[in-house]
Amino acid sequence: MNKVYLELVGIGKTFLDEKQGTKTCAIAQIDLQIEKGRFISFVGPSGCGKSTLLRIISGLENSFEGEVFLDGKRILEPHSEIGLVFQQYALFPWRTMCENIEMGLEIMGMRKTERRAVAKEYIRLFGMEGFERLYPCQLSGGMQQRVAIARTLVMNPKVVMMDEPFGSLDSQTRNDMQEFLMDLRQKRNDTVLFVTHNVDEAVFLSDQIVVLSKRPARILRIFEINCSKPRDRTSKEANDIRREVIGILRRERTDTSPVGC
Amino acid sequence: MERYIPLLVLLCLWQVLCSFGIVASYVLPSPIEIAAGFSDLVTVGMPPGHLLYYHILYSLYRVSVGFSVACVFGAPLGLLMGWSPRFHNLFSPIIEIVRPIPPLAWIPIAIVWLGIGIKSAAFIIFLGAFFPILLNTASGVIAINPILIDAAKTLNATQRDIFFKVLVQGSLPSIFVGMRVGMGVAWMTLVAAEFSGVKEGYGLGFMIMTARDIQRPDEILAGMIVIGIIGFSIDWLFRAWESRIRPWG
Repeated sequence: MNKVYLELVGIGKTFLDEKQGTKTCAIAQIDLQIEKGRFISFVGPSGCGKSTLLRIISGLENSFEGEVFLDGKRILEPHSEIGLVFQQYALFPWRTMCENIEMGLEIMGMRKTERRAVAKEYIRLFGMEGFERLYPCQLSGGMQQRVAIARTLVMNPKVVMMDEPFGSLDSQTRNDMQEFLMDLRQKRNDTVLFVTHNVDEAVFLSDQIVVLSKRPARILRIFEINCSKPRDRTSKEANDIRREVIGILRRERTDTSPVGC
Repeated sequence: MERYIPLLVLLCLWQVLCSFGIVASYVLPSPIEIAAGFSDLVTVGMPPGHLLYYHILYSLYRVSVGFSVACVFGAPLGLLMGWSPRFHNLFSPIIEIVRPIPPLAWIPIAIVWLGIGIKSAAFIIFLGAFFPILLNTASGVIAINPILIDAAKTLNATQRDIFFKVLVQGSLPSIFVGMRVGMGVAWMTLVAAEFSGVKEGYGLGFMIMTARDIQRPDEILAGMIVIGIIGFSIDWLFRAWESRIRPWG
C-alpha cells in the first residue's frame, strides 16, 4: 500500500452573495486520501461543485473550510506543483503554441534557449510538430487542449488536475484525446485528478472513480477499477461499473429531498 | 469596382450643376475647380509662399507631440486603473468630471497658460487623445478573462508577472483601439485648434481659415479633402501596424 500523497480533510465551501444576502452551499464535507501515481476521476451531477473542488485543491480559492495537504505540506496558495488544466483551455491568445508551453518556465526565470528546448521536447511528445508558431485561435480544439496539458506538465507538477478537459470536443476527438492521455500515462505516471460528467470517459481512464452527490457535494461512493490497460471500452467489467455509476447518478438526479449543509 | 459607380455619378452630377451655372461657384466650386485649387495649394501656397507640404508637416508635428504625450500617460494610467479597483475608484471621479469638457473649450485657457504655439496646440490634442486611450486601455484590462489570470497563478506567476505577461499583453488590442480612436479625435481637434491661432503661419486648419478670409472656396474644399485623406491614411497605417504586431485573431 502506497502512502497517502494528497489528502483532503473536511473540505467545504459556501458561496456568499453579498448583494442578495444569500448563501449557497457548494461542497458539504469531503474527506479523501489519494495515493501517488493514481488516476482519480470525479463524476457527479452537473453543477455539483466538482470544478470548485479542483479550484480549492489548486489553491485558487481563498475562503473554504478544511485543509489540503500535498506530500505532507499544507496548500495555501497556487503553486506549479499542483497543475490545473482548465475546461476552456485558458491559453494565452497572444502567445504562440510554443510560447504558451514556455510560460511557466519563463516565469521560473529559465533562459530562452533552454526553455525552448524543453518546449520542443513536449511538442514532439504530444505529436504537435509543425504547429509551434501558430496562435491558439489557429489550432483545433483538440490541439488547444493538448497545448494546455503540455503547458501544465512542463512544470512537472506533483499532481495534475483536469477540469472536464474534453467537454467541448466532438466525440471522435474526445476518444483520440482519451487514448492520448492513456499513452501519456504509460510514459509519465503522473498523479491525476480528473473531473468529468462523462461516465464512459471516467471508466476508461481511471484507477478510481469518486462519485459525488448533487449540491452540496458529498462523496457517495468510490469505485476501484483494476482491469488491465489498455482498456476495452466494451468489456463486461467496464460495463458493470458504468451501469452502477449511472444508476447512482440517476437516483441522485431524481431524488428531490432537500439537503442542508 | 461596382461600389465606386455612385461616387462617380455624384461627381459628374456635381460638375454638371456647376458647369451650367445652376449652383454658383462662390458657393460650391465644381470638382474641376477644386482640383485646380488643390494644385494652387501645392504650387502657389495659401497664403502665397506657404505651400501645402509645409502645412501638412506642421499639422502632423503638432499631432504627433500631443498624441505621443497622450499615449505615454494614457496607456499606463489605464493599465493601473484596470488592474486595481482601488486606483480606479480614486481616479474615476476626476476623469468623469474632466472628460466631458470638449478639448476645444480648453483653447482659451490653454492660450492663457501656454501662449499661442506648439505647446498649447499639443495640449489641446493631448486632451482629445488622452481619454479614449485611457478608457479603452482600462476596459481592455477589465475584460481580460479572469481564467487567464488563474492559469498564470497556477504557473507560479507573481503579481508582477500577471501585470506584465497577462494584463499588458492581453489589453494590447484595446490599447490599439484606444490609440486609433484617440488619433481620430486628435486629428479633428487639431484642425479646430489651428483655427484659433498658430504662431508659425502653418497648419492645415490655419490654411483653410486663410482661404476663407480671401474668399477661395475651391481651396477651402481642397484643404478639407486633404485633411480627410490624411486622417484616413493615419487610420490605415494604424490598422496595418496593429495586424503586424498583433497577429493572433
